[in-house]
Amino acid sequence: MALEVESREEIVDERGNEVSELVINVGPSHPSTHGVCRVITHLDGEIVTKAEPVIGYLHRGIEKMAENRTYLQIVPLTDRLDYVGSMYSNWAYCRAVERLAGIRVPERAEYLRVIVCEMQRIASHMMSLGSAAGDTGAATMFIYAFDERERIVELFEELCGARLTYNYVRPGGVSYDTPEDWFDTLLEFTRKHRTALHEMDRLFFGNVIARGRMKGIGVLSAADAVGWGASGPVARGSGVNWDLRKHDSYSVYPRFDFDVPTGSNGDAYDRARCRLFECFESCRIIEQAVAQIGEGPFKAEGAPRLLKPRPGEAYDHIESARGSLGVYIVSDGSERPYRVKFRSPAFCNLALLPLLAQGHTLSDLVVILGSLDPVFGEVDR
Amino acid sequence: MAIVDKLGESLNGSGGGIILTSVDAVVDWSRGHSLWAMPMGTACCAMELIAASFNKFDFDRHGTFPRPDPRHCDVMVVAGTVTRKMAPAIMRLYAQMPDPKWVIAMGNCAVSGGIFYYDSYSVIRGVDEFLPVDVHIAGCPPRPESLQDAVLQLRERITTESIAPGKRHVRELLLPTNGDVSLHENGDRE
Repeated sequence: MALEVESREEIVDERGNEVSELVINVGPSHPSTHGVCRVITHLDGEIVTKAEPVIGYLHRGIEKMAENRTYLQIVPLTDRLDYVGSMYSNWAYCRAVERLAGIRVPERAEYLRVIVCEMQRIASHMMSLGSAAGDTGAATMFIYAFDERERIVELFEELCGARLTYNYVRPGGVSYDTPEDWFDTLLEFTRKHRTALHEMDRLFFGNVIARGRMKGIGVLSAADAVGWGASGPVARGSGVNWDLRKHDSYSVYPRFDFDVPTGSNGDAYDRARCRLFECFESCRIIEQAVAQIGEGPFKAEGAPRLLKPRPGEAYDHIESARGSLGVYIVSDGSERPYRVKFRSPAFCNLALLPLLAQGHTLSDLVVILGSLDPVFGEVDR
Repeated sequence: MAIVDKLGESLNGSGGGIILTSVDAVVDWSRGHSLWAMPMGTACCAMELIAASFNKFDFDRHGTFPRPDPRHCDVMVVAGTVTRKMAPAIMRLYAQMPDPKWVIAMGNCAVSGGIFYYDSYSVIRGVDEFLPVDVHIAGCPPRPESLQDAVLQLRERITTESIAPGKRHVRELLLPTNGDVSLHENGDRE
């Protein structure tokens, strides 16, 4: 199932030579597709002439299911959307619900949300960098990166009891306050994580094989990035300085001092390196947030368990590890939403695959797909 | 417990480096101790499947090693939600695995459809609708330790199999199976 020949057609090129086009099916179960993606690849020799991603292998109908559930019951469903970064889907959904129902969130809860989401960004980028490195054969980098992710998962487990599906951010606040000494463990992690990031930078991004595999592969121009609706590290790797935390600032992000790393070439190398530098910035944000966070409630006082927002609609978006994650909710005044729609950055970024893969070899297709960092729970929803 | 599990002691006793055992015991022992896994990760549980095989949990020490090629594998670990669109691919991959083969259903989605059981139009309610599942692990997602426990349970199960068709051995199982857990007063299993 992994790689198989679909058809072989005899075609004649412009010089009159008989050449054959090979159609190869990659996926839906392939270790380098980062999930259940299928790519129908048309090859001329080893060069990709056309790559069509086929999605929907993980379509679970979450948006439709949300119409049958109360507002609080939808939060666990959002965990299963982007399963590498569950906190983002939680937060984006809760922000839309809070906007719709007019719930004010206490300051400590906002700080806790920022802290967990920046931790989640590090965890997600570690997974992305590791698996992209694994695709190019650098298994050591995968293991080092996954070890860093495991430290964050341990901290999340201490905080909310779950390793992967957290259900932590709720409408009106967060589900638990931090355990004792949790911030100390967190600060120790960020200190060690910086050293690990420098090591990974030398180990992988300074490696001649990684540079050879990723430099100049899948070049995306800034105009194309904006035109195709790319966001997150995929757009920033092409030099588009667009980060919702900075340019449409939400929550308590205006109080922090951080930079938005951008690339210049728009190739797979720049996209991956952008993710690495974002981890440094996330460490900075976490340290500032821990220094600024005060005592207080972690949940809105008197927020009802069964929300019945006024009829209307609300849209809110946050910067997830993959880009702008938006949630649109329509309420008809009942306890269940009339419609919930997720604007998924992974879906928009994956749409770039045919554009980027054209003219590269089949082995580079894997590198390009890895640099787009799709998560298929979010692509298919 | 078969004699091959206590090789050192057996060799000590017999003196000449000769042990007497049955063919089934040797075959089951060798099959059970190197179960290469086909990581059929479809959704969230795939993350815990990766975590189980990496350095903190270290799947290798149980002789289990994830191989993406079905032709190398003995056990298929279905980790995650199976949709109607994905099921034919899983069936085909299962058919490509060489005999003898086993299936572990990891996570609530693979067991029964889980959170998507009631009102999803596209999710298959459990992978056992089309595959012969040997071990089910509950959890959303299960911890990596649960997956390793499932491999140990599968190993126990394999010791009851025989290479003769239709024959099974009655063996004393170390791990608790459905309902027949009996504990001593000091907590040791019988």
